[in-house]
Amino acid sequence: MKKELLSGNEAVARGAYEAGVTFAAAYPGTPSTEILENITQYKEHIYCHWGANEKTALEEALGACFTGARSMASMKHVGLNVAADPFFSASYLGVKGGLIIVSADDPGMHSSQNEQDNRNYALAAKMPVLEPSDSQEAKDMVIEGIKLSEKYNTPVMIRMTTRTCHSRSAVELGERETPPEINYVKDFKRTMLLPALARPKHVAVEKRQKEIKEFSNQFKFNHIIEGKTRVGVIASGVSYQYGREVFKDAWFLKLGMPYPFPSKLFREFASHVDKIYILEENDPFIETFVQLEHTGKEIIGKDVFPLTGEMSTDVIHASLGEKDLTLKFDLNSIPKRPPTLCAGCPHTATFHNLSMQKLNVTGDIGCYTLGALPPLNAMDTCIDMGASITALLGMEKACEKAGKELNAVAIIGDSTFFHSGITGLLDIIFNKGKTTVIILDNSITAMTGHQVNPGTGLNAMGEPAPRVDLVKLAKDGLGIEHTYEIDGYDVKALKEIIKREVKREAPSVLVVRRPCALLFRGAQWSPMQVDTSKCIYCKLCTKLGCPAITPQNEKSHITPERCIGCTVCAQVCPVKAIQFVDENGMHIHDTTLEEFMKSKRGGKK
Amino acid sequence: MKSIIISGVGGQGVLTASDLLSDVLLEKGYDVKKSEVHGMSQRGGDVISTINYGPQVFSPLPSLYETDYILSFEKLEALRNINYLSKDGVIMVNDYVWEPLPVAAGFEKYPENIEETLKKYAARVIVVPATDIAVELGNIRATNVVLVGVLAANMDIDKNIWVDIVRRKVPPKLIDLNIEAFERGYKYKL
Repeated sequence: MKKELLSGNEAVARGAYEAGVTFAAAYPGTPSTEILENITQYKEHIYCHWGANEKTALEEALGACFTGARSMASMKHVGLNVAADPFFSASYLGVKGGLIIVSADDPGMHSSQNEQDNRNYALAAKMPVLEPSDSQEAKDMVIEGIKLSEKYNTPVMIRMTTRTCHSRSAVELGERETPPEINYVKDFKRTMLLPALARPKHVAVEKRQKEIKEFSNQFKFNHIIEGKTRVGVIASGVSYQYGREVFKDAWFLKLGMPYPFPSKLFREFASHVDKIYILEENDPFIETFVQLEHTGKEIIGKDVFPLTGEMSTDVIHASLGEKDLTLKFDLNSIPKRPPTLCAGCPHTATFHNLSMQKLNVTGDIGCYTLGALPPLNAMDTCIDMGASITALLGMEKACEKAGKELNAVAIIGDSTFFHSGITGLLDIIFNKGKTTVIILDNSITAMTGHQVNPGTGLNAMGEPAPRVDLVKLAKDGLGIEHTYEIDGYDVKALKEIIKREVKREAPSVLVVRRPCALLFRGAQWSPMQVDTSKCIYCKLCTKLGCPAITPQNEKSHITPERCIGCTVCAQVCPVKAIQFVDENGMHIHDTTLEEFMKSKRGGKK
Repeated sequence: MKSIIISGVGGQGVLTASDLLSDVLLEKGYDVKKSEVHGMSQRGGDVISTINYGPQVFSPLPSLYETDYILSFEKLEALRNINYLSKDGVIMVNDYVWEPLPVAAGFEKYPENIEETLKKYAARVIVVPATDIAVELGNIRATNVVLVGVLAANMDIDKNIWVDIVRRKVPPKLIDLNIEAFERGYKYKL
């Protein structure tokens, strides 16, 4: 059997291929993004696309499964909040082709605004949840999950975490199963959720969950590992791996499906031990079910292990008082290295202007959230996808009512705008808002690694796709008269238009366009250089937060390997001390995303 | 079980280096688990990739004060992970400074005498001008393979396996450059 080192996300994609999945949809979000990216390598067998958001993606997967197609929707944990509506409906509706919903949780918040434990969603929606502990299980659980889904007429949730998504371990590759025949049969009693039809469905769901609970005692991913002592460990997900490292001689109850909870298997396990440790990340999910069994055994769970952050062997040892995690070398003594907007980032000039004009700024989720950090300090709020627009409308209305002035703009990226910003604009129009909305349009979903979106002109499978024009959408579609397109590298134009539109007693939309600078990395652009004889070291350029600009001997210095020659620093320099190294060389100013997309690197991934 | 940490700055090629390393370890017959963090860290933030290997490996994460090797693409990033190193551990560091934004913007100072500090915590410290070597070879992006060469020279795994994996994994056009880069790094055996 062929073995390969795969990340958990690659393994989920491989699992979809082997399980005979023929439809997959997703919205990018760390740590889930690479699942759909990797499914594109099986595009001959699996139709796949990026949805505008997680809700549309899940609804599309649900629709596909009604035709008999084995389907998958994948998203990050907070994406399931967006998709919660179809998620709950899907549980009642059941499936025809198997349906897998992957939620990639982020304990430790490596790249997220919270660390919610989405196993709670499975419980609330009454849907089985599988938790792989490594890449082999991630692949196998997709295949078993599809079988479970079809056997019990239920969608199945797979809860990944950052660590299982982004760890690599060996996986045995198998053959693809033949997908079932696609055949949509009209059956409104099955696919309608009217109250009268939903009531019997709820009864059926409760009966189903009882049956799955019975089955969970024999499910191959729930099993007991014999130990040599009277100590027992119950673990799920990657915590199982840490547990095996720490508790060498203990009995293990490995739960690949923590819900519905396998009570009989647990009772058998409990009969072999006197003391039970429960290892799980975030909430006491398994622990709650264990406590309900009232075995009288000593239970060690979240009273000892943390509710916050990731689990690790160090965390287990420290929680048990066996290891001191005090750092011998004090990390507070050295500078941190926060992520930054890239050299040549087309958002920098906008943030520079917002910062200089001292405006209040409601922000959103994407690379540009980094504009909140020093030295730009140009963002006040970050709530969820799309909230920049709606939160500002609320602030504006509250201030207006109280007769207070609010100099504010909302700032949102193109992908986030497509995801959840359009509805906010509708609220502005409908409710006579005067909000100024800046859409930073780099024509790609940059933060998660350059996924295409409805503004790119390509689809997930790399084929040409219609491009939604943001200016037309706002101006002609929604009737926002004051809609303007501005070049993201034009500092002066941005300054004037922002100043003017903030004061306007009508809504305005500023589409600030420039392709993401990272897409152009590797090209031979002429970088900028500082004429040290002219530089007065006023630090205006260093305050752009550009990683190519550093102080050197009381002058600004530009590292040529990092600079792509966007000229924003040259435009803010009051003494014209910054010029191109090669005035006749290739300049990024002259290149558009459309041109880039026609080149060979376009459409990658 | 042994642990290796590879650290650096987003965009330096840390993940490519750890991919090469894990392929070598798998080829050698070890059980391998590798972990990495994506997302925010790619935007000029600090990046680490960690590898555990041995006859049987469960955890993909390293433990504080128990890690055997640190390979760092940048000096400050070597220091940032020094608490992981075991007292018998080896640290290999690129002689390269990349000021983080708080330093570039003038809020904080880049630490002085990093090598001296590293020596207090490591059994051996190997400093290699990997970026200079890569620039000399004509491609700064070969820095990571120079550093993989340094790691190969100081680990007990047959050199042929490394060379073979480098050949198989780099783009065909860049094989000669990367083999040269590997060989230059391989000279730094301590």
